[in-house]
Amino acid sequence: MSIELKNVTKRFGQVEALKDVSVTFAGGKMCGLLGNNGAGKSTLMSLVAGRIYPTAGEILIDGEPADSNRAQGKLFLMSEGNLFPEDMKVKTAMNLAGGFYPGYDKAEAEALTERFELNAKSKINKLSTGYGSIFKLVLALACNAPYLLLDEPVLGLDAQHREMFYKLLLEKYAANRCAVIFSTHLIYEAANLVEHAVVIRKGRILKDAPVEELTAGAYTVSGPAAAMDEYLLGRTVLSESGIGGLKTAAVEGEPGQVPTGLEITGLNLQDYFIALMEKEDRT
Amino acid sequence: MEFNEDRPIFLQLADRLEEGILSGVYPEEGQVPSITEYSVTYKINPATALKGINLLVDAGLLYKKRGVGMFVTSGAREKLRGQRAERFFENFVESMVHEARQLGLTEEELVQLVKRGFDGDVD
Repeated sequence: MSIELKNVTKRFGQVEALKDVSVTFAGGKMCGLLGNNGAGKSTLMSLVAGRIYPTAGEILIDGEPADSNRAQGKLFLMSEGNLFPEDMKVKTAMNLAGGFYPGYDKAEAEALTERFELNAKSKINKLSTGYGSIFKLVLALACNAPYLLLDEPVLGLDAQHREMFYKLLLEKYAANRCAVIFSTHLIYEAANLVEHAVVIRKGRILKDAPVEELTAGAYTVSGPAAAMDEYLLGRTVLSESGIGGLKTAAVEGEPGQVPTGLEITGLNLQDYFIALMEKEDRT
Repeated sequence: MEFNEDRPIFLQLADRLEEGILSGVYPEEGQVPSITEYSVTYKINPATALKGINLLVDAGLLYKKRGVGMFVTSGAREKLRGQRAERFFENFVESMVHEARQLGLTEEELVQLVKRGFDGDVD
């Protein structure tokens, strides 16, 4: 049970959105797909969902080509685009969704619509950004697909609705043991939800590891600039900043022997991601 | 509920469970919430919740009833109190005695200070 990308390249005209990407997303796991704007997250998800085709390489879902009907019946992609006619009513779309997704539960979709106070009588294109996202989330949660691909699922959602969504997603995950691939710019909020993270940058996979491994493999150290400079010599510094005579750095690896006067703290996934991007920007 | 960055979340969850057992929130032979309940309530991956709970299972503080759930072992509270008392000695008493010696306080004087603490100078 997995989604496998083998040496996948995707070009749009002159632009190479994905460059020889090989990565496997295990079935039954919740994985975060992290990257800045334009890194290739949406391209990767659209390719897996068979909405676009790779220029080179192969994508397999449970061993079958991603664009086969069998493979497509197993996954749901929630993305910026909307597959229903823009002027269709929410309710109509929800009545039709069963035709596309074999596990779709209409009663569940209706219950979720009510919980989020989504207006089922509204036309899809009349929904606000937040409710546009909610409409698609309701379908994603009610479709009961073994593979859920969520591209920026909380876009435009307020704090309360985001909280509701995270909890509903975890309930769904516990009940179905589906695989979830989740891209978000709100890394801090999703950090504890996902078990695994794939970091993508400029069309290439930079990291592919359990979240715990990534965050445990880096730390923050701060202290007087002179002592810091000496300590940092020969270490893998991800990012550095200073104020007055005080310096702070994110470092990859083990802290080792820490001189007195320097303080070590942990790094969360979001800080790790930002520090990693800063390091890549420099090199 | 917030977790901090300095320790893995499964360890922090295990701490909270231990505190729940110590304070009697989870009485002995009582059922503790399921993996899914912890996962949804704390918004953490179920694998993380499982890892935290398994620490207590391995320590003999929780046990599984197949198909029913997870329960607090009889004697878990006493066991935890013993462990915590030992840690209290290592974390606080040793450094207190060390500090007292540096200040030139006698054992008598230190005991008096501890008594003063119990008499209500601290809460």
